[in-house]
Amino acid sequence: MQNPAPNLMKPLPISRYTVTSALGAGVQAHAQALRSECSGLRQLAFDTNTLPCWLGEVADFDKPLPAERSQWDCRNNRLAEFALAQDDFVAAAARCRDRYGADRIGVFVGTSTSGVQQTELAYRERDVAANRLPAWFDHRTTQNIFSIADFVALRLGVSGPRLAISTACSSSAKVFAAARRAIEMGDCDAAIVGGVDSLCLTTLYGFNSLQLLSADICRPADAKRNGISIGEAAGFALLDPGADAAVHLLGYGETSDAYHMSSPDPDGLGAVAAMRAALACAGLDAAAVDYVNLHGTGTMANDSAESRAMCTVFGESLPCSSTKGWTGHTLGAAGIVEAAISMLCIEQGFMPRSLNTREKDAALAANILLESRTAKVRRTLSNSFGFGGSNCTLLFGAAA
Amino acid sequence: MNEAGSKEIFVEAVGLAAPGFANWQSAVSVLRNERPYVATALPPHAPVLLPPNERRRASPTVRLAFQAGEDAMQSSSIAAANLATVFASSDADLNIIHRICTALTVTPRMISPTDFHNSVHNAAAGYWSIAVGARAPSSTISAHDYSFAVGLAEACGCVVIDGCDTLLVAFDLPPPEPLYQKRPIAQPVAVALVLSRLSTANTLAGLRYRRVRASPSTMSTPDLETVRLANPAGRGLPLLELLAQRRDGEVVLPVGENAGLAVRLRMV
Repeated sequence: MQNPAPNLMKPLPISRYTVTSALGAGVQAHAQALRSECSGLRQLAFDTNTLPCWLGEVADFDKPLPAERSQWDCRNNRLAEFALAQDDFVAAAARCRDRYGADRIGVFVGTSTSGVQQTELAYRERDVAANRLPAWFDHRTTQNIFSIADFVALRLGVSGPRLAISTACSSSAKVFAAARRAIEMGDCDAAIVGGVDSLCLTTLYGFNSLQLLSADICRPADAKRNGISIGEAAGFALLDPGADAAVHLLGYGETSDAYHMSSPDPDGLGAVAAMRAALACAGLDAAAVDYVNLHGTGTMANDSAESRAMCTVFGESLPCSSTKGWTGHTLGAAGIVEAAISMLCIEQGFMPRSLNTREKDAALAANILLESRTAKVRRTLSNSFGFGGSNCTLLFGAAA
Repeated sequence: MNEAGSKEIFVEAVGLAAPGFANWQSAVSVLRNERPYVATALPPHAPVLLPPNERRRASPTVRLAFQAGEDAMQSSSIAAANLATVFASSDADLNIIHRICTALTVTPRMISPTDFHNSVHNAAAGYWSIAVGARAPSSTISAHDYSFAVGLAEACGCVVIDGCDTLLVAFDLPPPEPLYQKRPIAQPVAVALVLSRLSTANTLAGLRYRRVRASPSTMSTPDLETVRLANPAGRGLPLLELLAQRRDGEVVLPVGENAGLAVRLRMV
């Protein structure tokens, strides 16, 4: 229709990436967990939650930030601090900073709720009579959506363009597109992209109010799937046009459903358009893709619409799976977690299966993997869809 | 980026909603200093583009964003369905965060499902795409007090790099107490710009930007400076002042501490 897509992009090298989720800290922990078929989801106590559900909690990170960053202390920034410490990411970012200059490195971070858990804690301690929140509560460094981007830039000592993207569950996929635009505009020479979302009662009780939170473990594509398990995660990637890298961002596609605030278009038209836009951006056709990491939340509506969209774009044979049975739905971090898994699939020649899927829903025609595969994987697509009908598909490929 | 700055794109239309500024058309004479600024409260807005179901569910924050967006569409020759969107807001809806965090302190914990789906930062973007049937790309960003200019740069990238004509809507609403003490956004303000790749018969000005280390431009009167500082979206007012005065020139809009976007306008 409008805008005759001129945005054919040059492959953008990803010189470093890292991911931390319920599967563990760092890329190798994820590779091992995916091969050993061990879900990170558990039935465990979180905060004062009383809802029956499975959670994807990250282990061993919830410690106060160092004194020089104590103003930023909250669960979300603690998770970012812990994740940045994996895979030598801080050192890789520092080398990039030394090469281009601190003000030439952009920071683009996705989150859905940022540090809202800090606000939950502050409301618990509020002075009801005086209608006053406790003195320790700092909105700008915790609750505010931007705080996570500001914190990451502070932690890595970079001062180029920075922003937070918050489009619900597509947030940290869209950061790749925003970073590529900023680099092409000349606003920065390289970019740190990422996503961070941490467990909080707002999302647990919120998804429960919409009857989307499962009491069972998340079972993507299962005939009896009945909702999501919520997880927390953080991940980062360094996009450096001047680097040699094993994996490149080849394309992205961003679309809107224009259908409903909290349900996907049943025919997956927005998802179809996002996948096709990612292919067009890379100048590739559907046959170039070896594996698709699905959004695959485990709700009836998402998995059904996404399978339809897959079949429209790729037919019924292309291998695909959701990894939310492993990590849970990490919401605003899902984009970066699944981008990291998609890159890992290319580097390790591996396609993970749809974990916890007992009996595949016969109505889903897409080739959803029930067994993991070892195979050469040259290119992967990763789908991320969010409330408000916000869709983003990323296309990754091995260096040519 | 070269010395001249980014590639030139075009300002197709403007929308505004703020105390004393019910719409762009009536704001022009004030911003030209032909009429004094009078800070009359902004009346609640009933979005005309929303279907009845969505209109019922839309929060005051979404309505504010629509007020500026719909105002810009009044004078845009590019249909809303054909525009990508960038929504820029520091905090989107702290009224909902207040209600949810309050509900979480009470037993049993009952969160309204409508509140939860409206709590996402991109709620206004979602309602907008439904209202106008836009399947184009849409992003929603936050950069605290710098949200306007950071959103503007992202919108320029969508136009120049992705080739999408783009609607930018920057908006924030004052939060309720007790959050107001922690985030004193004093006035509701929303600013919208339609930015296009090619000039049209409607084009107001050519626009390009550079990144600079400089302090932000201020407004010519204390009243208008108050509006600029009262809300993250208000930080865009110096640009609107140039547009209203039909003057070529450059204004610096803040994107960080001592970091600005020097936005240059060329009237056409």
